[in-house]
Amino acid sequence: MTLRVLAAMSGGVDSAVAAARAAEAGHDVTGVHLALAKNPQSYRTGARGCCTVEDSRDARRAADVIGIPFYIWDMAEEFDREVVQDFVAEYAAGRTPNPCLRCNEKIKFEAVLDRAIALGFDAVCTGHHVRMLDGRLRRSVDYAKDQSYVLAVLNREQLAHSMFPLGDCTKAEVRAEADRRGLSVADKPDSHDICFIADGDTAGFLNRTLGSEPGPIVDESGAVLGTHEGAHAFTVGQRKGLNLGGAVNRRYVLSIEPVNNTVTVGPRASLAVDGIIAQRPVWSGCAAPTEPTPFTVQLRAHGEVHDCHAHERDGELVITLVEPATGVAAGQAAVLYDGDVVMGSATIATTSRTGEAASAG
Amino acid sequence: MVYFDHAATTTVRPEAIAAMTDQFGVLGNASSLHGAGRRARRVVEESREEIADALRCTPNEVVFTSGGTEADNLAIKGLYWARNAADRARRRVLVSAVEHHAVLDPARWIADHQGAVCEELPVDGYGRVAPETLRAAIEQEPADVALVSVMWANNEVGTIQPVAELAAVAAEYGIPFHTDAVQAVGVLPVDFAASGVSALTLSGHKLGGPTGAGALLLARGVDPVPVLHGGGQEREVRSGTLTTPLLRGLATAVGLAVAERDHHAAELAALRDELIGAVREAVPDSTLNGHPTDRLAGNAHIAFPGCEGDALLMLLDAQGIECSTGSACSAGVSQPSHVLLAMGADPDTARGSLRLSLGRGSTRADIAALARALGPIVERARKARAKRH
Repeated sequence: MTLRVLAAMSGGVDSAVAAARAAEAGHDVTGVHLALAKNPQSYRTGARGCCTVEDSRDARRAADVIGIPFYIWDMAEEFDREVVQDFVAEYAAGRTPNPCLRCNEKIKFEAVLDRAIALGFDAVCTGHHVRMLDGRLRRSVDYAKDQSYVLAVLNREQLAHSMFPLGDCTKAEVRAEADRRGLSVADKPDSHDICFIADGDTAGFLNRTLGSEPGPIVDESGAVLGTHEGAHAFTVGQRKGLNLGGAVNRRYVLSIEPVNNTVTVGPRASLAVDGIIAQRPVWSGCAAPTEPTPFTVQLRAHGEVHDCHAHERDGELVITLVEPATGVAAGQAAVLYDGDVVMGSATIATTSRTGEAASAG
Repeated sequence: MVYFDHAATTTVRPEAIAAMTDQFGVLGNASSLHGAGRRARRVVEESREEIADALRCTPNEVVFTSGGTEADNLAIKGLYWARNAADRARRRVLVSAVEHHAVLDPARWIADHQGAVCEELPVDGYGRVAPETLRAAIEQEPADVALVSVMWANNEVGTIQPVAELAAVAAEYGIPFHTDAVQAVGVLPVDFAASGVSALTLSGHKLGGPTGAGALLLARGVDPVPVLHGGGQEREVRSGTLTTPLLRGLATAVGLAVAERDHHAAELAALRDELIGAVREAVPDSTLNGHPTDRLAGNAHIAFPGCEGDALLMLLDAQGIECSTGSACSAGVSQPSHVLLAMGADPDTARGSLRLSLGRGSTRADIAALARALGPIVERARKARAKRH
């Protein structure tokens, strides 16, 4: 069946090949580059972003080579409101957000998808490395590049209007195919960092945005071990940058309390949690289980998976890990899998150690 | 393909193509002193004379450029530099708020970097600068004004400016007056001598000539400081090897456009009015931007309430109907039109408008195709706009 497909084209190699594949499959494809920055930079620097003028030209050129129409959609207002401001607010609240996930949820598969549907498109196509299987999201065959974690937040309705043509091949194969197709972005470096932080300095960005106020670094008993230059620069599980000196054994960030600007640290063992409460669950792979049900769960992007039991209770996702995990940060997604298939996703709110009162949130 | 974007660029006339084709293979630099050079020089000078004849100036007043943008830059920067060098008090540059970016941006640039003070003259709801507005601006301190620039007709909304009256006001104070007439030549009577302007920009590809060729008509005694320094080929004001074939094509197109002007403009205006009527019928709440009658014959600029122009453009394009939002792009992100904002439109109207510009080859069948497509497309665009919160 020929679909009217809107291919989101960042200017990178993945989205270019995805658009080419969709077009080759016989769909009626239109390329759209999302302008997400109000004042885009002229050139890419380093591995950041997809929002420079150079990126939009790369996307336009790829669309020309593929032979599809191409437009730029200004989504800067939505992006600022839904992604950048949310990112800042989350850090201000002591949580660790994932802006790429948020962008997928609120921009690509909400604002863009809604607009596309209204304009007569059937689906949005992206270059994410994931597969679709019977309407369910599945990991890419390239586990190293798999992006199901940042797409698991999509609900069934959103997935029904999504097209991910790249999930059955590796990144290396995508690059080779781009080269074969004459797409000049074949060798373009991968982007890794947060696109709206141009210099890659997240702590600096947060300090500029939220201000930096020195505060105490304390241990679990409340004893002051040192000072920090702004609590929001820290993430649960972080070890570097504490500057506690040689006298203190290795310490990890256990929790961040923005209200009193306090960072609590402790030994690695104290990071270990096995109880997780997560909010706003989305169940795209199965019905919400009401009794503890075995799944595997991934707790951060590119993180390992853990065996767990999970169920929904009073609108929240309750997860019990079989073995404790470390570095579980509030604000990150807990994504439940059955094998390769995404079952559900929710945002981590609190963590606990069974039988203990320790909590990070 | 249904092409409603003749204001962006229009078909190159076969006569111009033939004239250029004749020249492309011919060896010779018009500045060389030998026979080949003289042969090229002769083509260039005949082209210059043909343009001077068509636009009622002397050949010496024609300074060839690479196009409208270069001519505008030369007029704005060059006249500012020259006037300011002669008297340091002359810092004010008065430009209409609805100028093309090729005028507006050089004016803002000399303000940001060269000590000028750029003052944007307000316009009425149709986009017109009133002569009293210009007079009041000059009167604040006549001795401080370096130059005035007001376009002949607006490239977005099509409104025609009272150029001769404005030029007369500037002339009273001895201030050079530049006009960007890129959209006017070939549709409106442009008589350089009678208009009283000191400098006038024209561009080849807007009137059936090639891209890459244009001119700045410069009255005797109006001598801007060059923007491009080099061989001084054009009156010591503009350097660069003269592009003999392109200038031949430019002159051919200008000559024909001016000769056919009245008939062509009447035809275009009839088509345009039919287009406006057809759009109103398809979308009853659409409104015409710009002056209802005092406008370019080929220009219809229409606001579609509740729509985004970008969405309309894309949906029309998908059906082979090509038009423009008329607004400038900043780094690929379309901005609400500064022209409409200056005319007092709210940002939603400024974003929700389309420019449909007619030219040679436009037909009633084109208009019928637009009329058929437009209704459902506007419905869709409205739905999409309503989704944005």
